[in-house]
Amino acid sequence: MLYTLAFVLFLIGLYATITKRNLIKIIIGVIIMEQAVNLFLLLVGYRMGGLAPIMDETMTLEEFVSRAVDPLPQALVITSIVISLGSIALMVAIAIRIYEKYGTYDIAEIRRLRG
Amino acid sequence: MSLVFLLVALPLGGGFFLPLLDKFWEESRAKELLAWAITLTTTVLAFLSLGWRGIYQMSGWPPPIGINLVVDGLSAAMLIVVNAIALLVVIYSSKYMEDWTPTGKFYGLFFLMLAGMNGVILTGDMFNLFVFLEIASIASYALVGFRRGGEELEAAFKYLVLGSIGSSFVIFGVGLLYAATGNLNMARISLVLAERGGGGGALIGITSAFFLVGFGLKAALVPFHAWLPDAHSSAPAPISAMLSGVLIKVLGVYCLMRVFFNVIGIGEVQANLLIWGGAISMVLGALLAVGQEDFKRLLAYSSISQVGYIVMALGIGGSLLLRGEEAIAGLALLGGFFHLINHAANKALLFLNSGAIEEATGTRDLSKMGGLFHRMPLTGMTTLFGVLSIAGIPPFAGFWSKLIIIVAALWGGFYPEAAILIAVSVLTLAYYMRVEREAFFGPVPDRLKSVREAPAMMNLATVVLALGAIGLGALYLPGLRELVLQPVSQVLLEGLRYARMVLGG
Amino acid sequence: MGMELKPRAIPPRGPGMSLIVKEVTRLLEPAIFIFGVYITLTGHLTPGGGFPGGVILACGFILVVLAYGGARAFRRLPPEGASKYDSGGALLFLFIGALGAIFGGGFLYNFLRVYLPGEPFHLKSAGTIPLLNIAIAMKVAASLFLVVMVLTLFKPWSAEGGER
Repeated sequence: MLYTLAFVLFLIGLYATITKRNLIKIIIGVIIMEQAVNLFLLLVGYRMGGLAPIMDETMTLEEFVSRAVDPLPQALVITSIVISLGSIALMVAIAIRIYEKYGTYDIAEIRRLRG
Repeated sequence: MSLVFLLVALPLGGGFFLPLLDKFWEESRAKELLAWAITLTTTVLAFLSLGWRGIYQMSGWPPPIGINLVVDGLSAAMLIVVNAIALLVVIYSSKYMEDWTPTGKFYGLFFLMLAGMNGVILTGDMFNLFVFLEIASIASYALVGFRRGGEELEAAFKYLVLGSIGSSFVIFGVGLLYAATGNLNMARISLVLAERGGGGGALIGITSAFFLVGFGLKAALVPFHAWLPDAHSSAPAPISAMLSGVLIKVLGVYCLMRVFFNVIGIGEVQANLLIWGGAISMVLGALLAVGQEDFKRLLAYSSISQVGYIVMALGIGGSLLLRGEEAIAGLALLGGFFHLINHAANKALLFLNSGAIEEATGTRDLSKMGGLFHRMPLTGMTTLFGVLSIAGIPPFAGFWSKLIIIVAALWGGFYPEAAILIAVSVLTLAYYMRVEREAFFGPVPDRLKSVREAPAMMNLATVVLALGAIGLGALYLPGLRELVLQPVSQVLLEGLRYARMVLGG
Repeated sequence: MGMELKPRAIPPRGPGMSLIVKEVTRLLEPAIFIFGVYITLTGHLTPGGGFPGGVILACGFILVVLAYGGARAFRRLPPEGASKYDSGGALLFLFIGALGAIFGGGFLYNFLRVYLPGEPFHLKSAGTIPLLNIAIAMKVAASLFLVVMVLTLFKPWSAEGGER
């Protein structure tokens, strides 16, 4: 099922985040995870052959409700995109700062704090 | 009741307004005064909320459609903890943050974090919970890296990555819950699941696994604890106090309570996971704290251990609830929340004092300190109070909460768990006594001869918290118990009462 | 901001990209700006609203920065000004929300729906929602612009890369 595909994508992102050593690759892993979640949310509200949830004057309310896809997950997705924008921007800013300080993106060379 | 939205709106407004003041008044006290005014107002509102019960409809939409703010026993008690500690931290930071230039930015991020936490506590909507959780988290990521040194940035990055993973798990869980029930309103979800009959099937099982990982990452339960010692020891001291004192409890423990007791409903597997996750956190946190030389890292590991107590009490309560032994379950849940309050006050106190000591001596290394009791008597005294309370020595508040949890575990027949609880108490006492011996007693080393007592403003906050270390024990006395702790355990015990209160009927 | 295409002397190669990119940017810039405003203002009728509108506005500014270098965009929207719009947008949102609490049933209550009714599917409808969209667009445009500027130029004038 398509839901499983979103979940697999989520796991790919998680794998990249956990195993990669490069800061930028870690960030890309986080982005993949967040996009997988967005994809999943969209799939939850999707209806095969449904209309875009925009109502105009030519449509009655009943027709709209019976044919449009669920708009709520779409609102959730745009909110979660905004939120991930904030955290990714912060992440990239910190990565740039770390690069300025240490001259490398490799976490194995950076690690000063221990367990 | 109609003022409850101010608890979120005021800090949010402060969070955006205070950074603007940086440009006009570089050196003015106005920013501090405004920060005090905001936190004082939210604290007063939080105390008033003890008398409020009900919902506040945002934009005037009734519950299942609109987002609403819910005040019940649990959220009122949580609000008091968060806002009171925020007030003391703001008082403390007005002196501590003095020589760091962009104070407006600091207060801005601080208030965004406060708004996020108040929002998490008040909201009655799953997705809104996630949004506020992220506001609080993102502000805290930035605050951890606020000093912009190498280690701080590294800690912030680690915290940021693990925090983002946690958030992704939470929102995946929210999506699953929406797929399973077609609702985002917490009360509606819990009614829908209750109508289907307990358990809820495989989908709910997967959902609760996602929530357990997500909120477990935020609460730093042991398999997911790696970020906490770095983040909490790298942040500026007032922020460490906020992070360790309240942030992990609001984003982690409170969300676990709300979701597992009021929304999904706790099952046998989840209860056991909470018990053993708590147990491993307790033991491992305490063992790792024993060997630490860095004062703030020691406190951070101790936080992992103490959050383990709370989570284990929740698990014991949930397990007993499923067996139908409501009286003992209520005692365990009450003990867990009591310990949450005590630990918030004590750990905030100890982190604030660690900041005062770092400021005075220039080091966080315990082996380089010594005899601080002679040089900083007030700080030494308040630290002693905090240490004795957190280690569970009789007249202090921490003793009573641990005692209640242990008694509930024994009555409920959880003997191995009770043994772990007692053993970790002893271990806690051991590593905190090492702090006292190395840092505060003994002769004063030469390089610390010129150390002076911390400024009065900083001591005001710590003295209030130290009085709390004794006085909070009174919360269990009859009379006060009915005001704060009893309503909390009632909310957790009767999972569906929440839904009935929100939806009416 | 004329739309005429008369030949001009080739300017000396300053900061930024080639002449073609600069000219195309000069032509597109007002169109992008108007499109962003349109998306924002009709957010209650069609897909769009504060966030997409704000993103489009910010993209317009970012395009100018890419084509001409920082100086020209900063003349129109200096970083200090952008961070004022950033906070101002959020405060405006909160202010409208608080007005809802004063005049109506709760925080963010759509009080204009009562005092200023409009017909569905017209620009003047939906009460406070278009105003909130404007506030959001201000906030999003300014903060997105700031985030990109902080990340690309990384000047010391702003310490954090976008708080929210």
